Formats: sequence, C-alpha cells, structure tokens
Amino acid sequence: MEVTTKSMPYEAWKDNEYIEKLVNELKESGTNVIVGQLDKLINWGRSNSLWPLTFATSCCGIEFVSLGAARFDMARFGWEVARASPRQADFMMVAGTIVNRMVPVFRRLYDQLAEPKYVIACGSCAISGGPFRKSYHVAKGIEDIVPVDVFVPGCPPRPEAMIYGIMQLSRKVKVEKFFGGVNRQEKQQEFLESHPVSGVND
Amino acid sequence: MQDLSAITNWIHSFLSSLMPGWLTTTVECVLIGVGLLLVYSLLALFYIYYERKFCAAIQCRIGPNRVGPLGLLQSVADMFKILIKELIELKHIDRFLFALAPYLVIIASMLAFAVLPWGNGLQVIDFNIGIFFLIAVSSIGVLGILLAGWSSNNKFTLIGALRSGAQMVSYELSIGLSVLTMVCLAGTASVGGIIEAQSDMWFIFKGHIPALIAFVIYMIAGTAETNRGPFDLPEAESELTAGYHTEYSGIHFGFFYLAEYLNLFVISGVAALLFFGGWMPFHVPGWESFNHIMDYIPSVVWFLGKAFVLSAVIMWFKWTYPRLRIDMLLALEWKYLLPIGLFNLALMACIIVFNLHF
Amino acid sequence: MANIQEKIAKLYPEAVVEQADTLTITIDDARWHNLAQTLRDDFSMDYLVTIVGMDWKESLGCIYYLMSSKTNEIIAVKVSTTDRERPMLHSVADLWRVACLYEREVYDFFGIIFIGNPDMRRLFLNIDWKGYPLRKDYDEDPALNPVSIENERQSDLTDTWVEENGKVVKKEVQVFAPEDFVVNIGPQHPATHGVLRFRTAVDGEEIKKIDVYMGYIHRGVEKLCESLTYPQTLHYMDRLDYFSAHNYHHGLCLLFERAAGIEISRRAQVIRVMMDELSRIASHCLFIGTYCMDLGATTMLFYTLRVREQILDIMEKTCGARMTFNYDCIGGVMQDLAPDFVQDVKALLAVLPENIKEYNKIFTGNVIARKRMEGVGVLTREDAISYAVTGPSGRASGWACDMRKLKPYSIYSELDFNEVTATEGDSMARFKVRLLEIEESAKILAQLVDNIPEGEYCVKVPKVLKIPAGQYFEIVEGCRGAFALYLESDGTTKPYRLKIAPPCLTLAGVVDHITRGTKIADLITIGGSLDYIVPDMDR
Repeated sequence: MEVTTKSMPYEAWKDNEYIEKLVNELKESGTNVIVGQLDKLINWGRSNSLWPLTFATSCCGIEFVSLGAARFDMARFGWEVARASPRQADFMMVAGTIVNRMVPVFRRLYDQLAEPKYVIACGSCAISGGPFRKSYHVAKGIEDIVPVDVFVPGCPPRPEAMIYGIMQLSRKVKVEKFFGGVNRQEKQQEFLESHPVSGVND
Repeated sequence: MQDLSAITNWIHSFLSSLMPGWLTTTVECVLIGVGLLLVYSLLALFYIYYERKFCAAIQCRIGPNRVGPLGLLQSVADMFKILIKELIELKHIDRFLFALAPYLVIIASMLAFAVLPWGNGLQVIDFNIGIFFLIAVSSIGVLGILLAGWSSNNKFTLIGALRSGAQMVSYELSIGLSVLTMVCLAGTASVGGIIEAQSDMWFIFKGHIPALIAFVIYMIAGTAETNRGPFDLPEAESELTAGYHTEYSGIHFGFFYLAEYLNLFVISGVAALLFFGGWMPFHVPGWESFNHIMDYIPSVVWFLGKAFVLSAVIMWFKWTYPRLRIDMLLALEWKYLLPIGLFNLALMACIIVFNLHF
Repeated sequence: MANIQEKIAKLYPEAVVEQADTLTITIDDARWHNLAQTLRDDFSMDYLVTIVGMDWKESLGCIYYLMSSKTNEIIAVKVSTTDRERPMLHSVADLWRVACLYEREVYDFFGIIFIGNPDMRRLFLNIDWKGYPLRKDYDEDPALNPVSIENERQSDLTDTWVEENGKVVKKEVQVFAPEDFVVNIGPQHPATHGVLRFRTAVDGEEIKKIDVYMGYIHRGVEKLCESLTYPQTLHYMDRLDYFSAHNYHHGLCLLFERAAGIEISRRAQVIRVMMDELSRIASHCLFIGTYCMDLGATTMLFYTLRVREQILDIMEKTCGARMTFNYDCIGGVMQDLAPDFVQDVKALLAVLPENIKEYNKIFTGNVIARKRMEGVGVLTREDAISYAVTGPSGRASGWACDMRKLKPYSIYSELDFNEVTATEGDSMARFKVRLLEIEESAKILAQLVDNIPEGEYCVKVPKVLKIPAGQYFEIVEGCRGAFALYLESDGTTKPYRLKIAPPCLTLAGVVDHITRGTKIADLITIGGSLDYIVPDMDR
C-alpha cells in the first residue's frame, strides 16, 4: 500500500521507511472488512482536515503566518482553519523556542487538545534547543515534554518545508487505525504515563 | 410558474389512500424532518466551502482545492473529523447546561427552516403569523450562547456570552422593526401572503425609499444577529480566544460552527423573502414575455440564488471591515439604527396610507 | 560635555568623572539618588536608555545610561556595591518611570535589591528560580533549576524594600485588590503577538490594572554571548527582533568595529543601510497587517504580506535566507549583492506607493477603524520619555527620538530623509507614523539604489578578533525603536559582558499605564499599535 497525497507521487517522499513500517504493522494486526472500510473513510476525513492551533513563540511563527498568506496558501490543503482554542484544534505546530517557564503552559495546551491530537516540532529550537541549547533557561527539545509526530528542521524552516511536514503528518494519520489495533493512542498513553504532571490542583 | 405543491399534494393523497389520517400526518412529519435534516447538513457543508472560497478570493488566495474536485469535499472531510473528535469532559462546570447549549443553538436555526419559502408550494408550514414565528424562534439562539458561556466556568466564555447577550437582544429590535415595516407593506404576516404580494414587483422596488432603508437596517442588524464580522465580538478571536465556545470540542463545537453558517443562510433567506420576493421570479409589470421567460427558472433556484447572493454580501462585510468595540456596537444600535427604524416604520405607514408606493 | 563634567565635579566632589567611550561618572550609592535628580532636572537627562547590571567579580553594580532629549548627549553613571550576599542600591524608579522595569531586570539577573522600588519581583524567571544567572559565579547545574512540567508557582504579593529610621525593611504589597475580577490574557493568546502574559483586572469591559508577565521566551542570550567569540555572538541578533535582523546586526557590527578599530568600505556601508531600510519597510508592512488583523480586518494582512514577500525575495537572493539572514559581519557584509538587486529594489519602489494608497483606502479611512484608533491609548510626550518609549511609538507622541537623526551612524548623516513625528500620541498616530515611515525608507532607498559604490564588500579582519579592554556603547535605530548595546571587554576573544537593551521591553512596560480605564478591546488596539515583539523583550 503506497500512502501518498494528491499531486505528490510516492517516490517523491523522502522518508518512506517510516510509513512502510506503520503499514506493515497495520497489515500484521489485521482487521475485519467493515471496520477496515469505516476506518478508511474516517481516516480520509481526518487526514484531509488538519486544523492547527495558533501557537507560536518566536521566528518560526512568522513563517507560519507566511504559510497562511497568499503565496503559500495553506488553505489549499484545508489547514487554514487555525483555531485559537486548543479544544478545537487537531495538531499543534510548535513554532519557536520553548523555554523553562513556557514548558508547563505548553504541556497544559497539549493536554487541552482534543483527541486525536498531533504535534509537529517546527524549527531547530523546538527539536533540540537550536542555537540556544546551551542556555540556562531553554528546554532541550520538546520531545521530553510531549510526544512528537513530525520534526521539521530549519531555522526557521521555509514555508515549503512546513507544508511538507504537515503533509507527512497527513500521511501518518492516513495509515493509523482509528478503531483499536495499531493504535497511536496507546503509545501516547505510555509516554504520558512516563511523564506525569504533578502539582496540578484544581 | 410550475407549482411544486402539486407534488406535495400528490404525496399527501397517496399516503392518505394507504393509511388512516393520524398515521399520514406522522409519516409526513418524519419525511419532512428527514428531508430538512438532509438539506440542513448539505447547506451547512456548502456554506462552509462557500465562505472559504469567497474569503480566499477576496484575499487573493486560491482556497481549498485538494480534497475532491475543486476542493468541494473539504467541508465533508472536516465534518467527518469533527464527528470523531473527543468530547472533552470538564471539571467544575454545569454539565447539564453545558451539554444543552449547543442543541439550543442548533434547534433555533433549524426551527427557522420551517417557515422559509423554499419554492412555489414548497414550504413546511404556512400560517398567518409565519414571520412572527421566525423572529420568535431565532431568539432562542441567544439563550444557547448565554448558557454556553455561563456553564463553561471560564472567564473568556463568560465575557463572550455577556457581550453576545447585549448584542443580540439589542439588534433583535432593529430586525423586528424592519420586518414590521415590510409586513406593513405586505398587509400580512403570513410568508405565503408576503410572497404573493410581490408577484408583480419585489418589495425593494415597490416600497422604494422606506423599503431600501429597511433593507439596509435589516442587513446590518442581521449581520450582528449572526455574530459575524464586523460584529463578531462574542467570539472575537483576537480578544477572547474563541469566545463563548472556547471550551467546546468535537461535535458540540461542530454544532456551533454549523449553526453560525445556517444562521447566515436563514438571515439572507429572510432578506430574500422580505425584500426580493422569496422564490418569486423577477417580474416587471407590463413586460409579459420577459416575465414569462423568468418563470421558466425554477422557483427553488430563485430562492437559493437570492439567499446565496445576499450571504455573499454579508461575507463581504466580514472580510473587509475591522471589528467594532462593544460600546460602539451598542451606540450604533440604540442611537442610530433604532430611531431610524422607528422613523422608517412611520414613513412606510404614511406611504401606504397615501398610496405612494408603486 | 566639558560643561557637564565641570559642573558635576563642583557639585559632587566625591564623584569620579572620566571621559572614556562615553562620559562616565562613578559615584557612591548614598549620593546616587541626589545625582540622578540633578542630572534629570538640571541637565535634562530625561531619557534613561538602559540600566546595565554588572558583576565585576569583587563587586556588583549598575551602569545607568542616560540621554538628554534636548541636547542628545549621553552619559553613563556607575554605581556599585561590594556586598555580594545582599547587594542593595537605591532605586531611581521615582525619577524615571521605566527604571522600575529595568531594576526588576537587574534584580532578576544579579540579585541586586533596589531600595524604594515599588515592585521588586523577578521579571523573566520563575519566582522559585535558584541563583542569579548573569552573575559570574552562577551555578548552571540543570539539577538546580530543572525543566519542570509542574504548573508555575505564582504569588499575588510583591515585595518592596523601604528605608525606615535608617534600616531597610521588606514589605509585602498586594498586586491586585481582593475584589478585582482578574482575567488572565496569555501567554497563549492570539493577540499578545507571541507569548506575553497580561493579568488584567477588569470591571465589566473596563480595564482597571494590568500586570505584565514576561519571560515565556527568555532564552538567556546575554549569558550565552559571554561564552562565544565576538563573531559568533552576531547570529543571536537575528533571533531577537526577527524583523529588525539587519538593523540589530548592523548595531552590533558597528560596536565591534569601533571597539576593534576596523574601518569598513563605503560599499559595505551602503549595502548595510539599504538592507536596514528594506527590513524597516518589511517590518512596518507586517505591522500594518497584523495590527489590522487584531482589529478584525483580516484581509489587510494578506495585502501587506504581498509587499513583504517581495522584499524577502530581494533579501533571499542576496543573503540566502528568508528570515535569519546573518548578513552583516565584522568588517562588512557576508556576501556581495545579488546581480539583480538594483533591478529588484527599483521594482519594489515602483509598486510601493500604489500599495500604500490601497492600505489607506481599505483601512485608514474606514470609519470603524478610525473610531477604534483615534484617542485610544494616548501617551503624552513626557510619559513617552519617562517610560523610554522610543521608535515609531515614541515619535507618535511627539518625541523626536530617531537615532538615525540624533546619533547618526554609518552614512545616515549624508542622506536626505525626514523624521516622521506626530503629536496626538494615540493608536492612530502610531499607525500613521509607521505608514509614513515606509515612504521615508523608500526615499532613502531611492537615493542609494543608483549610487552603490564599487569596492570590496568586506575588509580583512583578523581571524581571531580581540577587543581592547574597556567599555563600549552603541545605539542604533531598529524597526521598533532605539536598540542599545553595551560591551565590556577584558581584552580576550569573548565579551566579558554584552548587554542588549531592546526597544520592546519598554513598549511592554508602558501597556499598564496607557490601558487604564479603557475597554478590553482597546487593550488589543493599544498592544497592537505599540507593536512589541516578545522574543525581543525577553531575549
């Protein structure tokens, strides 16, 4: 099964091994026809409707604005419905440095996103701390805080790279199963259990 | 002019020949309910797509074009996604009201569909207080918004809800007044009657100056009533995150999202009904052959076409003007629109009494 | 200058006055407040540029950079204390309003307590942060201050130290009154332009008080610079105010070149100035777009981004990047201009007037826009100076504070352009000043585009750059205001201390003052019109 999106041939993608691994996992687990078809339908909807959360801390956020503008026009793919409320967004584009003080806020935003939720680490700061890695007040990559689905390198990544990154996410959504089986949610659960939030009193 | 009531009558007589009267009514209710739901969801999906394409055109963009031909399936995909999104359970909220609010909002816009004249003879119910019913049910919506804001236990939603309460209650007055002005001209509050009265000429021409004023007031107040820009204060993104529906996720948010677009359709549909003859084709007195050609265009197309064009005007507002501030918003209503509306009603009454209309 | 020197020496015989890079006065803490008063009132040193916190290992202290809004003279005052356990200095928050914010910053980084400052909380770091990061003996062990996903601790109390009967005592003060309805706006909020946080006390729709929280993007650039060589520190300038990347680079390069005694070619100077002005146009275009979007007119953003994309194309051809250019380097610029640079700039200049006309047509003349901006968030000239609000926002209040005119650097003194000022001081004035500044920048570009001299774009500089020991100060005009840099060198290849004084910090500091009594929606208008960039203020 070749997973691709419209107007982009399968060979043009850079890292197909990852998707193939997911597909194999999917094949091994097997499923019945009705659930499988239903899954396909739902995944078609999910992968074509990724709404971002308006979340930006620094430079990358400005490129994200450019992404929405006429030249790169992410509306073509249906990503322009940027929601300001995390409850209504599907994925979070972590555009910019996450510093110590922002970490709790960032984690809370992630927790507030409604399932199924995804995270794209956009730019070198979000991936590893980037040029500020040695600083006393910068988180060294967001991978320790939330599970990340796609990494988009660059400082800041060009809008084209961001489009590519979100398209990769869309491919990933396509091969995930919504009903049971090879379920991302379980892996995510594992991650969250190993990174518990304490000290929340409400 | 083809009369669609022939079809509905045929269905009615066919059903009554098969079953007793009470069952016929029940079956018809179910049929109409299903039909309306279908139209409702299709229209909503179309409107979401329409707005996205329209705003893209204004902003020199292309808009959705990847999902389905010309991106037509984009909103369908969005609907699938919203349906399966998690409904987040919140602590410290009024659970009952929180769950009730989106349904109130959606019911309000749905009930309004009952009296919209979809085509010649294609109307769910045509009774003598049709317009009054429409105004009554559309004000249920504000209740849903207030409850949503209140029950979420969040300061942003509360401010959003209070804003929308003030806004919608105020602008309902202007809508009421401009509707009343047109009811004066028609001499009836029945939807069928109002359309019948426009068979020779649409009201916007027939009532000339006061009708034009009423139309402008109606469009401004209607935009405010649907919470759309430049009157989108209750959900002002740059001020209140997402306003009263900040805490809603999944399909509950979907209801608010759909209701916004359907209210837009209802408002423009009613504008089409009151000022542009509803499903009535464009007639010019004296030009018999022209009128005859116009009659060939199906009445449903006329109604929907008018509604879509009027919606486009409202969208145009949204994507052009900056947002008003709450005090400017209330000043506009109470200091300008309301007095002008009252004066306009008196003017219309004079014109009718002295028979100055066309 | 000599005049000041003499008078100060007469009035304060114990003060040490020396003429270095800047006229520097060293004085005891006990007499500092008196001297500050004299400087402000008698020598009209009414603009406090920055307070540089310093750790000289055996002592801690501050260097106050003051500028006169009348004579444009800059002087520095050095105050220090040898107590490292509980260092205390006297506050000047009562003389310059902006000092309150600056002193909080110094307290945050060096732990110096200012006696008399009404609000002595940490500015950027959490209240339970251990240690003072910019001290030389700061323990950087991540175990002390781990990255935690626990909710940030926060207090509704603030401390203030006051002198009573010769003894300094600590007092706790409530930030908000108990009956206040406090709404938390930010850090994740569409209108704060990044991750700034306002705790806002509201009465209905009216704002009573705003408490600004910063530090959600504090990356410790100043500390990082101390461990890097001079050329390496340059690239951080791109990531502060990413719209003024060229301007900030220019400033730091000027500072290093002056300190190291490097002369650069005229070609490089012209290229730098042209890049500065191009980025100013791009920055102001984006300002107009985002500001209109804040006010609800989303479409304007797409029209202004059109021009910005055109400018980014020009820059990309020459610098190879869309945003973080790293173009100016010590000795000139990194690369020569792209072959079609001149042609592209001319094309830009041709479309610019049309575009500005369009913006005015869509937005400026709109009755809603005018009603929302006119008379909203009025900042008087005195307050603008006292709060050190520079750049277009300060000029909108009638304070001619354009460093390109006051302290002409590079080739700005030869260029013919006007300093745009307005007198109203409201949001509309701030908006209009920026629109007009686009035209002025275009004027500068038009003068230079045909006169780019031939020559080398970068002079030879030593591979390992050492700067002679001493203190250096430089101030340039970024897109949002005066950008000041202070360098203390100990003669090695790395800066001993590099202080970055960005314009946006003071812009955020004035928000509370001008939003009192306005509506919540006005907070968006005012915040948008001040146009602060959060990574710039947090560094």
